Amino acid sequence: MDIKLEFGGGAELLFDNQKQYKITLENKKTPWLIGDLLFWMKDNLLKDRPELFLQNDSVRPGILVLVNDTDWELMDTVRYEIKPNDSILFISTLHGG
Amino acid sequence: MPACSTKCGKNAILKRPKTGDALCKTCFFEAFENEIHFTIERAKLFRPGSTVAIGASGGKDSTVLAYVLKLLNEKYNYQLKLVLLSIDEGITGYRDDSLNTVKQNQEDYGMPLKIMSYKDLYGWTMDEIVAEIGRKNNCTFCGVFRRQALDRGANLLKVDYLATGHNADDIAETVLMNILRGDLARLNRCTSIITDCGDGIPRVKPLKYTFEKEIVMYAYFRKLVYFSTECVFAPNAYRGHARVLLKDLEKIDPTVIMNIIQSGETIKVNETAKTPSLTRCTQCNYVSSQEVCKACILLEGLNKGLPRLGIGKSSKVKRLLKENEEKNKSCCRNDTQESACICKANLPSIK
Repeated sequence: MDIKLEFGGGAELLFDNQKQYKITLENKKTPWLIGDLLFWMKDNLLKDRPELFLQNDSVRPGILVLVNDTDWELMDTVRYEIKPNDSILFISTLHGG
Repeated sequence: MPACSTKCGKNAILKRPKTGDALCKTCFFEAFENEIHFTIERAKLFRPGSTVAIGASGGKDSTVLAYVLKLLNEKYNYQLKLVLLSIDEGITGYRDDSLNTVKQNQEDYGMPLKIMSYKDLYGWTMDEIVAEIGRKNNCTFCGVFRRQALDRGANLLKVDYLATGHNADDIAETVLMNILRGDLARLNRCTSIITDCGDGIPRVKPLKYTFEKEIVMYAYFRKLVYFSTECVFAPNAYRGHARVLLKDLEKIDPTVIMNIIQSGETIKVNETAKTPSLTRCTQCNYVSSQEVCKACILLEGLNKGLPRLGIGKSSKVKRLLKENEEKNKSCCRNDTQESACICKANLPSIK
């Protein structure tokens, strides 16, 4: 399944300063949830200091997540079931001011 | 996908932290802007016909503030003249880049821009200060210097108000910090939407009740360009700890932000508690709670090779200053040689 990951507001600094990734998730028996994706990102994309992106089973408080331009808080957050061609955006609110 | 809570028929794009409402893009813009307008109206923040300097860092808060003030000024005819005021702290790889964002805002919003630099005002860039003091107390210098720099810039521009982009999260953070430090004087005034330094220029915070999440979402959906690199020196700032604590609490229940602000607003500091009264710095005439203001003390330390002078106990500072006063008598107390004094050479007097 191909999806797009995007980063903004400083979150891209944790991902090699790259604002966009096109990734392919291998098929698995259970549906891909965002919660699964976060751990996939930690293993495959995060360079260092995962604690600046993840906290427990979710993103660190202060990082906003939008799925196809909609707040993930309207979509069950970590339990949202990812669909092909979804675009998932992570915006940090923790930077600058 | 849930529908907009206003029953406008569109799909919601965001859950509001303050109310829990799900709103579509159009209804969100309207609610966001109207709340700021309501805040401005209720507090009677601006007199019609006045000039407002917007403290602009190029970051999300000041970028949104400039955009919304321009929009509301036109929509509701506040009759304000808006200008941008930026501070160049002299931090390579941070402020030099973000100032380009401010210059972009200047073009996009058609507002005049004034940049004040630490180098011009104090004779030191933050890069040079950090080379002296190290990375432990550098934020003290930056914070003290920036506050004055904004006021001096506002004076220079002869504006009636100085508007800053402090948001609800920032203010809740400050309330927490002042409680943790036992700083009753600051706790007492940090929630004010308008602060007046004696006969200085009033500072106003139109985004006082606006959540950080909504500011970032608004900037995203309005496609506003802002700068988001963390200050290269920031990781050691004490504020960061208060911030982490607040974000963790906010995750459990976002209304905690408003609750903390409300606590700060209604808390009554015991009258018998000792709070310093505001006076004027004897060296630069800036408003101060001490005889000599913090900026002059920090600057004196830097210029005399004692960069830690203004860090820590004020009793120690007083002793060191007394020693220096003897030596300085010839320049500081003699008006004809005013420019010869280190502090006066670098700090033009206010008013």
